[in-house]
Amino acid sequence: MTQSPQRMPAEDPSVQPEDGFRLNMLQERFEADKQYQATADEMLEFYRQMLLIRRFEEKAGQLYGLGLIGGFCHLYIGQEAVAIGLQSALDSERDSVITGYRDHGHMLAYGIDPNVIMAELTGRQAGISKGKGGSMHMFSTEHKFYGGHGIVGAQVALGGGLALAHQYTGDGGLCLAYFGDGAANQGQVYETFNMAALWKLPIVFVVENNQYAMGTAVKRSSAETEFYRRGAAFRIPGMDVNGMDVLEVRQAAEIAFAHVRNGNGPVLMECNTYRYRGHSMSDPAKYRTREEVQDYREHKDPIEGLKRHLIEAGTTEDDLKGIDREIRSRIAEAADFAETSPEPDDAELYTDVLVGTY
Amino acid sequence: MPIELKMPALSPTMEEGTLARWLKQEGDEIAPGDVLAEIETDKATMEFEAIDEGVLSKIVIAEGSENVKVGTVIALLDGEDAESPAAMAIPDGARDRPKGPAAVAGERQDAGSVDPDDAVTPAASAASRRDPAIPADTPMKNTTVREALRDAMAEEMRRDERVFIMGEEVAQYQGAYKVTQGLLDEFGPKRVIDTPITEYGFAGVGTGAAMGGLRPIVEFMTFNFAMQAIDHIVNSAAKTNYMSGGQMRCPVVFRGPNGAASRVAAQHSQNFAPWYASVPGLIVIAPYDAADAKGLLKAAIRCEDPVVFLENELVYGRNFEVPDLDDHVLPIGKARVVREGADVTIISYSIGVGFALEAAEMLAQEGIDSEVIDLRTLRPLDKGAVLDSLKKTNRLVIAEEGWPTCSIASEVVTICMEEGFDHLDAPVLRVCNEDVPLPYAANLEKLALIDADRIADAVRRVCYRKA
Ligand SMILES: Cc1ncc(C[n+]2csc(CCOP(=O)(O)OP(=O)(O)O)c2C)c(N)n1
Ligand SMILES: [Mg+2]
Repeated sequence: MTQSPQRMPAEDPSVQPEDGFRLNMLQERFEADKQYQATADEMLEFYRQMLLIRRFEEKAGQLYGLGLIGGFCHLYIGQEAVAIGLQSALDSERDSVITGYRDHGHMLAYGIDPNVIMAELTGRQAGISKGKGGSMHMFSTEHKFYGGHGIVGAQVALGGGLALAHQYTGDGGLCLAYFGDGAANQGQVYETFNMAALWKLPIVFVVENNQYAMGTAVKRSSAETEFYRRGAAFRIPGMDVNGMDVLEVRQAAEIAFAHVRNGNGPVLMECNTYRYRGHSMSDPAKYRTREEVQDYREHKDPIEGLKRHLIEAGTTEDDLKGIDREIRSRIAEAADFAETSPEPDDAELYTDVLVGTY
Repeated sequence: MPIELKMPALSPTMEEGTLARWLKQEGDEIAPGDVLAEIETDKATMEFEAIDEGVLSKIVIAEGSENVKVGTVIALLDGEDAESPAAMAIPDGARDRPKGPAAVAGERQDAGSVDPDDAVTPAASAASRRDPAIPADTPMKNTTVREALRDAMAEEMRRDERVFIMGEEVAQYQGAYKVTQGLLDEFGPKRVIDTPITEYGFAGVGTGAAMGGLRPIVEFMTFNFAMQAIDHIVNSAAKTNYMSGGQMRCPVVFRGPNGAASRVAAQHSQNFAPWYASVPGLIVIAPYDAADAKGLLKAAIRCEDPVVFLENELVYGRNFEVPDLDDHVLPIGKARVVREGADVTIISYSIGVGFALEAAEMLAQEGIDSEVIDLRTLRPLDKGAVLDSLKKTNRLVIAEEGWPTCSIASEVVTICMEEGFDHLDAPVLRVCNEDVPLPYAANLEKLALIDADRIADAVRRVCYRKA
């Protein structure tokens, strides 16, 4: 008598494979309660930070329009809840972050001075990279923020290396590596998934699925559009998160970070979000309808969403207007600084090429 | 005060555009995100969105206007609590000088400051960058290049916990070419890491680990396979220090065999030295003998900059004398005169040095006294050593096991033309491989590669001698 081969349906929660891996093992915990219970102060802080990013980016768009920012400039408007929800849950002493070229929001989420970020965008000496990196290449090793990378997908493998360094030194930190839905189709992403899972590296891979890679909608480029499932082949648990809700993102971060910190290896988190602006400043965005954009702005906006929570919790419209005024003037100051700071010295051309002298 | 809406630059190249259409009229209430106008740029038609809230009080530029320069005021918006967007109009110097950057720069210096113990002889004067003198009574040890490389890694791993090696077959198999023999036994799997066959991925992981403060040695089974990883070597490792204004360190070593092996045909036989040597931000080293291999690999591992360390499979098994010192470290960026001579200079590196020495012996029989220089480091290239020797001999040949076009040889020719022209008694000649993919057939392979005879021929020509 032949025995029929036993197949194990990966999604059946009653079946536990030997190592306990199920694609949805963290998702189930998350689904049980998706809302992070933020204190009133935390909520206000999230609001403030998301608004800072929004106003900063609007201003960057204006400065680009005035010719003060050159080259490529990718705005983060619409995606603010992702960086704030995740990075607010980090242990800033130990954890590292790496992302692609859409990096202004991730820098601001650290509380890095908007002046030096804006001055980098305008290519000035006072910029955080002395004006030599620009919008796409910004770093703050002081905060363990490792960039700011212009090659789509490169930051995923580099993030794997940062995670290896955490594991090697035993510093207890984890790496948060962000990439786009377009970057998710790069081969090195899967090379890194494999090594990260094989070596149980402390890393959270975050797909910021903003539905488009330049002009290409997710459906036109990806055979599997549920990006959180893409780690299944490497036994990496996936999480499917509404990236337009900062409390949901924060809750997901708590679950993912705890899993990784306990030595269980990587997590793949998909944050579903939307960029309101074009891919970069020179994108006419004709590949989507105005209605689609308006729908997100009016019904799913992360800042408006949190505002509703705040009002329910007793914050007044006036309080929020006050915050907005404060942030606008902070951003206006950053723009002034970035416009009036001197350009780098000519001699700066030759500095920082090599560290040593040979 | 009304907000001035200016003609935006909507692409990196746009200088002017056409204001195709106004979608809002004077007096309209404007909310952030409303499309105000359509503007035709040099590339496309773009929508011009409002950022501030307010009332469109005046349209300054009528629709249909062409060649509107970027920055021209096109409309006015009466806003609620408008901040001044007119900062540009304030003359230089009328504002306070920016505060803070000096302090920021200071912090950065600290973040990147180098433990003096770790610094590899970074001295300003050429003299102090000479090879350290070897004490007269130092015993010499006959060592293969393969062992010398392994010893260098082992010594550095003992010295610095942060040093580790990763690559295909480096651990359990003891190295595809047995260069990492014994390392797993001594240092264990945490520091001697077998990777999957995933060059792009592990080059990125190694580079990221260096950014994260470790000192990785990334072994490529051969540099032919590093083509998949060249993006991380060039874009991630070489450039981040510059692009971060000096914040990001990337002290990684990429090493492995490079150049033609034997009868493995075109995809497995290629010298990538000129590729990497063209990239600012990289250090490129290609030693020939065992003593240099050891001393320079130790220097490379201690180096704060990313290093591409090019070995040669055909040289791995050759024996050389290596000084039996506790810590044999050589300076990066210095060539070495391996044979002194008066009549002609032969410049080479890696396996080419062996051919050059062979040619020099042949030529000595004919009364031509050749000086042979091993460049050892290809970036930064030791121009001084090339020019000093040229000044002495007035004739120069470069021997390179690699293609001639855009090569290290063409670089050396340029140096001689630009800075040594007055010392030349004959044109500089280069001896390189034939300009073809390397063939498999034994006879064709031999025809394609450089050898001592070809170098000797070139030397005779620059000396105006007949064979
Ligand atoms: C290797 C590589 N290929 C192509 C590009 C050009 N490029 C820049 S951004 C981009 C789209 C990426 O989209 P996605 O990953 O979804 O990120 P998003 O811009 O939406 O944040 C492309 C194709 C690049 N920078 N690097
Ligand atoms: Mg995208």
